[in-house]
Amino acid sequence: MKTSTGDLNTVKLSCRNVWKVYGQQPDQFFNSAEGKVENAAALSSRILNNDHILANADVSFDVHVGEIFVIMGLSGSGKSTIVRCLSRLVEPTAGEILLDGEDLLKKTDAELIDIRRHKMGMVFQSFGLMPHLNVIDNIAFPLKIQGIAEADRYAQASRVIELVGLQGRENNYPRELSGGQQQRVGIARSLAVEPDVWFLDEPFSALDPLIRKQMQDEFLRIQSKLHKSIVFITHDFQEALRIADRMAIMRDGAIVQIGRPVDLILSPADDYIREFTQDVPWESILRAADIAKPTRKKTANLPVVNEDALVETLLSQLASSADGVAVKAADGSILGVASAQSLAAALASGVSSTAVDE
Amino acid sequence: MTGTFDRHFFHWIGVVGVTVLCLWLQGDWKWLSEYPGDWVVPVSDWLNAIMDWIVKYSGWFFLGVSWVLEWPIDAVRVVLNALPWSVTTFVVCVVAYAASGWKLSLFAFLSMLYMVVIGYWFESMNTLSLVAISVPMAIVIGFSFGVWGFFSKRAERVIMPMLDLFQTVPTFAYLLPILMLFGFGTVVGLIASVMYSFPPMVRNTIVGLRGVSPEVIESGLMSGATQRQLFWQVRVPSSMRQILLGVNQATMASLSMVIIASIIGGTEDIGWEVLTQIRKAQFGESLLAGLVIALMAMVIDRITAGLATRSDNYETGEKTFIQRYRLWIIAAIGSIVFGLIAQIAAPLNDWPRAWEIDPSDAMNSSLTYLIVNFRPQIEAIKTFAFFFVMLPAKIGLQQAVSPFTWGFALTTTHKIIYAAAILGMVTFLSLRGSQKAGISVLISGIVIYFGLAGMPWPALVLIGAVAGLKIGGPMLAAGTAAGLMFIVMTGTWSEAILSIYLCGIAVVLSFVAGSAIGIWAAHNETVSRVVRPFNDTLQTMPLFVLLIPFVMIFKIGEFTALLAIIAYAIVPAIRYGEHGLRSLPDTVIEAATMIGATRSQMLWQVKIPLALPVMMLGLNQTIMYGIAMLVIAALVGTNGLEQIVYIGLSDGDFGVGIVAGIGMAIIAIIADRMTNAWSRKRQQELGLSPS
Repeated sequence: MKTSTGDLNTVKLSCRNVWKVYGQQPDQFFNSAEGKVENAAALSSRILNNDHILANADVSFDVHVGEIFVIMGLSGSGKSTIVRCLSRLVEPTAGEILLDGEDLLKKTDAELIDIRRHKMGMVFQSFGLMPHLNVIDNIAFPLKIQGIAEADRYAQASRVIELVGLQGRENNYPRELSGGQQQRVGIARSLAVEPDVWFLDEPFSALDPLIRKQMQDEFLRIQSKLHKSIVFITHDFQEALRIADRMAIMRDGAIVQIGRPVDLILSPADDYIREFTQDVPWESILRAADIAKPTRKKTANLPVVNEDALVETLLSQLASSADGVAVKAADGSILGVASAQSLAAALASGVSSTAVDE
Repeated sequence: MTGTFDRHFFHWIGVVGVTVLCLWLQGDWKWLSEYPGDWVVPVSDWLNAIMDWIVKYSGWFFLGVSWVLEWPIDAVRVVLNALPWSVTTFVVCVVAYAASGWKLSLFAFLSMLYMVVIGYWFESMNTLSLVAISVPMAIVIGFSFGVWGFFSKRAERVIMPMLDLFQTVPTFAYLLPILMLFGFGTVVGLIASVMYSFPPMVRNTIVGLRGVSPEVIESGLMSGATQRQLFWQVRVPSSMRQILLGVNQATMASLSMVIIASIIGGTEDIGWEVLTQIRKAQFGESLLAGLVIALMAMVIDRITAGLATRSDNYETGEKTFIQRYRLWIIAAIGSIVFGLIAQIAAPLNDWPRAWEIDPSDAMNSSLTYLIVNFRPQIEAIKTFAFFFVMLPAKIGLQQAVSPFTWGFALTTTHKIIYAAAILGMVTFLSLRGSQKAGISVLISGIVIYFGLAGMPWPALVLIGAVAGLKIGGPMLAAGTAAGLMFIVMTGTWSEAILSIYLCGIAVVLSFVAGSAIGIWAAHNETVSRVVRPFNDTLQTMPLFVLLIPFVMIFKIGEFTALLAIIAYAIVPAIRYGEHGLRSLPDTVIEAATMIGATRSQMLWQVKIPLALPVMMLGLNQTIMYGIAMLVIAALVGTNGLEQIVYIGLSDGDFGVGIVAGIGMAIIAIIADRMTNAWSRKRQQELGLSPS
């Protein structure tokens, strides 16, 4: 799924060499506040050998404006810690967090509060709603904290309530709502201050599969309107594939691979990634451009398809013609030819451990 | 199946060996059975000296505090006494309505009417005025300490043991220092009541603030809350329910302490009324006055509990001033209206003496009738309990069995049969693999034969310490030994044993009977519904009141004390028994059903073993309740530590009273730590989360 609007080339949030170590004396492993080290693996093992817990090891990634960046990992992989480092709910041991080019870790408490009030929104796995406030007061809570007058904050809250489709529930208390509805409140609250950066920490993990699917659609619908810069945490690989523009897979506190979902499928970095990608319904992920092979041959007599056509829609054509189809880019130029052979080659690179040579 | 004998078993055999050795030697070495008077450490003299010094040099300070506190009490008292009863009643009814609805409002109305009609309005208002000052103080102090303990681990480590001490030191015991420092008067009741009632507020505040989920805190932080906003707008409101529960508990504790404090007199409140009537053996009057306390406790409890659990379903949004403050306005207007009417219609202001109803004579004569006509039965019950339960526990079969009591003398044959039966049981149990049960039987067998009072103190201290070691580890063992040695060395051991004996019997009986009722209630909805209001009532009843019915029938003495303790201590046993059985995981029950367990197998082999940790928490509470009631039971004539505390209070002997009080606190704390540690250990073994 693409949300291609927004300027994907501008970096909104950047996480550079972030380390988070728990234990007696986490600072002892770092010379400076910067997390740049010669050999991250060696340092990691040294930290572990010293009876410290390594939650994040040398994590670096960029989130672009308007992008959905998904961090996927199993429990204990450090994904929840890293998103808390990004918002400084957890103080990183070393590294840099750049928001609009400014280091968040150097901000004073007052500045940080100001940034959280205006630039950040966060959605939590178990919703984190205030039990003593009804829906509209929960959503207006961040505005109340800012000291905005009651009438103004209710007006703003009503707008986001409409956005998440909770009209008519304003006076209900969280305990009177279903899980899906509670998370809508959580989403609405995080959007009430119109943040630039939106953190979602496993927002749909506590929901039933069917509701989860609905909420994912809802989420994508909202994002298509608002174009936030998003960091989305999940342990569900399928969910990551559905919503990610780009994704990172974490393991033992470190990032194993970053890329578009299709990159992960076609060229998994190691067997760990391959375990996830194996069962993926590739035909509904791969697009014509992903399997197109540049060619010097004439393509005029071949059928033409758009680059973003899903492979599953091409299967019958590929089966009937050995020559394949020409893949046309958005600007009208021909990218190459997609054939049964190129498809097989692309899949093979994702399955076997030895990369297939072109 | 034969069990292997592990080192624990041999440790215990060693303990039994030492015990037997002590028993054997105590004829020759007198110090084994009785701690010599020369060895007593004069802690009480030291304490008295310290107290004298404090009173001498800083007495003015406390008297000043006392003088300052006297003002608000007097003010509230004057207001409550000046207000027409109809106005006060109306306001209470409106509050009751706001807290939980018209049913409670009606109950509050009838209760207040009872106080008026029976002629105890003045005394009731005096009690209420003390509560009205003490509760806000307890709440503010308790909340502050709770917040401090929440933010500072170090503060919590200091605060928590202090709370334990405040709640386990017998209530009478700390009336004494307060009396000496603050002088005679209502202030003593106030301060004692604040000291007794702020601990539950601290605990609930800490539990409440701790219980706020981390994500709620994080969402507050991400909303950009400052530390102050985070505290007052996120943490406190999110934990309001728990905090209000603390308010409820603090209020009940305050009322109960105000009543107890009236023992020092000079207050003209309802507690004093009950006490004087009991002392005059006016049972009708004491019951009528006692009922006032009970009703007052119930109304206050239901109102505060109602406020704590009320679901705030008021609609926000468009609301006029009148809608928002409807009840306040009704209360204000109603008060004025009633106040004005009362100026014309005097009975609404002051209930005429002539209209008071006094059924006490009728009650007294029917009681006399009961006692006269059922004397043989009453005596039979008393004698049976005394000869067959209380005496053996106290002085052992060795002395309790005589032709006069049991109808035969204890011959050598009897002794051999007894020893053989105990040893046989021990061997049987040990070989079946349950050496712990075997050891318990062996030690109980010895104690029952020689009696608690006949056991040498070194043996009992050793048994306590080793039990502490096995249940909770070296710290508990050391604590137990040190605590018991304090009692021994201050020369109050023999009284302590009498306390343990009386409370022990009451606890065992309460726990067995209470658990049985609880188990029954867990299986039967009707029983459960019938038992619940009884429990609620017994638990909210100030301890004084519970004595009344038993004193009426059985006169003063240990048996009356025993019954009163049981009446109070049985409640937690019932509650936890039912709760333990009801909260078992369904899957286990289903699995056992599918295996084909019969009803009794299900109960004895599945439900009870699994529910045991929770039931042990019930035992813990049973012991605490038992000790609390034991202190009050000193009023009806017991001989243990509680009596020394009481005597210390009446003689104004601070040192003696407080040493005995600390002794009781030590016993309570040891019992608490042991049962808790056992329950926790067992729960971990079963893989259940501690509740």
